[in-house]
Amino acid sequence: MSIDKDTAARVANLARISIPDEELENVAKELSSIIGFMEQLNEVNVDNVDPMTSVTPTLLKKRTDVVNDGNQQSKVLSNAPDTREGFFAVPKVVD
Amino acid sequence: MKELTELTISEVRKGLQEREFTSVEVTKDCLDSITSSDQLNAFSTVTADIALEQAKNSDKRIFEGDAPNMCGVPIGVKDLFCTKGVKTQAASRILQDFTPEYESTVTQNLWDDGAIMLGKLNMDEFAMGSSNETSVYGAAINPWRASDSDKFLTPGGSSGGSAAAVAADLCIAAIGTDTGGSIRQPAAFTGTVGIKPTYGRVSRWGVVAFASSLDQAGPMTKSVRDASILLEAMASHDLKDSTSSAQSIPNFEAALNSNIKGKRIGLPKEYRMEGMSEEIEKLWSQGAEMLKDAGAHVIDINLPHTKYALPVYYVLAPAEASSNLARYDGVRYGFRALSKTGDGIEEMYSRTRFEGFGKEVQRRVMIGTYVLSAGFYDAYYRKAQRVRTLIKQDFDNVFSDGIDAILTPATPSEAFSIGEMTDKNPIEMYLNDIFTVTVNLAGLPGVSVPAGLSKNGLPLGLQLIGRPWEEGDLLNTAFALEKALQFSEKPKKWW
Repeated sequence: MSIDKDTAARVANLARISIPDEELENVAKELSSIIGFMEQLNEVNVDNVDPMTSVTPTLLKKRTDVVNDGNQQSKVLSNAPDTREGFFAVPKVVD
Repeated sequence: MKELTELTISEVRKGLQEREFTSVEVTKDCLDSITSSDQLNAFSTVTADIALEQAKNSDKRIFEGDAPNMCGVPIGVKDLFCTKGVKTQAASRILQDFTPEYESTVTQNLWDDGAIMLGKLNMDEFAMGSSNETSVYGAAINPWRASDSDKFLTPGGSSGGSAAAVAADLCIAAIGTDTGGSIRQPAAFTGTVGIKPTYGRVSRWGVVAFASSLDQAGPMTKSVRDASILLEAMASHDLKDSTSSAQSIPNFEAALNSNIKGKRIGLPKEYRMEGMSEEIEKLWSQGAEMLKDAGAHVIDINLPHTKYALPVYYVLAPAEASSNLARYDGVRYGFRALSKTGDGIEEMYSRTRFEGFGKEVQRRVMIGTYVLSAGFYDAYYRKAQRVRTLIKQDFDNVFSDGIDAILTPATPSEAFSIGEMTDKNPIEMYLNDIFTVTVNLAGLPGVSVPAGLSKNGLPLGLQLIGRPWEEGDLLNTAFALEKALQFSEKPKKWW
């Protein structure tokens, strides 16, 4: 399956990467060749084969549902590009 | 007499315990060799003050008789491990100046044992690459050069800085991470030892995530013994990583006796790739002969789904990466692109991710987004997960037939030149992982051992793959192979 320029634009948008229009053609070509490489998997018969969801057959651990950490506001915010009054700050979301 | 920086972990441990030198002395010598090796671009951050402070404390501990194996040993840390108060960027612009408020479990384990942090090591951006060229810091350079050539070669990737630093004696050992071969391929390219442990052996907490079902950290060292010592120090059962295992952690070093009599070593015929160089082929048979001479049985085996491992990997790893890297949104940490007037939050996200991620990372995030998107999920992602099951079953079958370890080449070639792959199809670079990637897909331990020099005078490695949780037995087979191979070459210093 080959990826055309429109599909590349759609994928870039889903991935939230603003690829400039003039680069999309080339991106489409690269993605196509990688997807083409994956097409080999079509040869494999996977009838009655379960998808692997855990490489080591162990159950995920559970813990008691209690607060075990917190009160770290300043540490949480310390690496943010923009903060105001103890919050992350972002460009305006609604007009 | 060897320079202090040339010593192995076990030699430093001995020297410290016998008071031949102090940790401060070894640390200072390492810092000096780092300072004079800018050309290698192996370190992205040097933490001299922290190192000297830690070395003083470790000398005190040793003096007081409290000396765990790693106490006083100076090491380098791949830039993927979060280190409290020390810049951690995963070699990406999007994590520009990110300074963690916490320490990864693996590095914490090492500092608790008294190991010394020399600094952070160069790598491919987010560990995506096989040549270290995708790094925002620029490529790390291999201390090895081909005979009669002054061309810069890649130390491999993604743990290229770690491999270069160990091979050039800038540190006693280093830690790396391996998602598809990122410890073992650079180890092979630099004549060093690297082991990726069983999935779950080492905690992933505090390690910047690439593909969570494949990522494992591991040691990169100058000997198999050192790999055993460092692996034991890194490993722990960690409640902060839900896939970290509660399996007991044996004394790996104690398992090293080089007795492999009666062990059954498999040679998978599917790894004899079309167009494989004669050199690699020869090295591989030579390794098999040596194991036979040491008393092992060498048996031809089949791993029929091997050829599908790379396509499976290049569906699953980008899919997991596209999810893991969704957190880089310009809000919580690192880089945010400058806004233009009228930009809303969506434009801020997209521009930040375009300017912050390099080309290879963008490519993989988009591939991952594509294979997970509505309409393609079953055809690519789910299909790949099912073929992954078959790849693991191939290994389960040979192990249940009584095979103890599998011998393969580590890489399809020797180290290539910086820039050599730039204009090629990305798939060409992906082929570097052809012998290593199956091991991550099946969650197994795999170790790369330096095996010899190519006709161009460059190191080549052999890989041994072991049963899950049996790193001790695997390292012992590697130890026997190391003993037989007697590889002792070092790169000629030009930097």
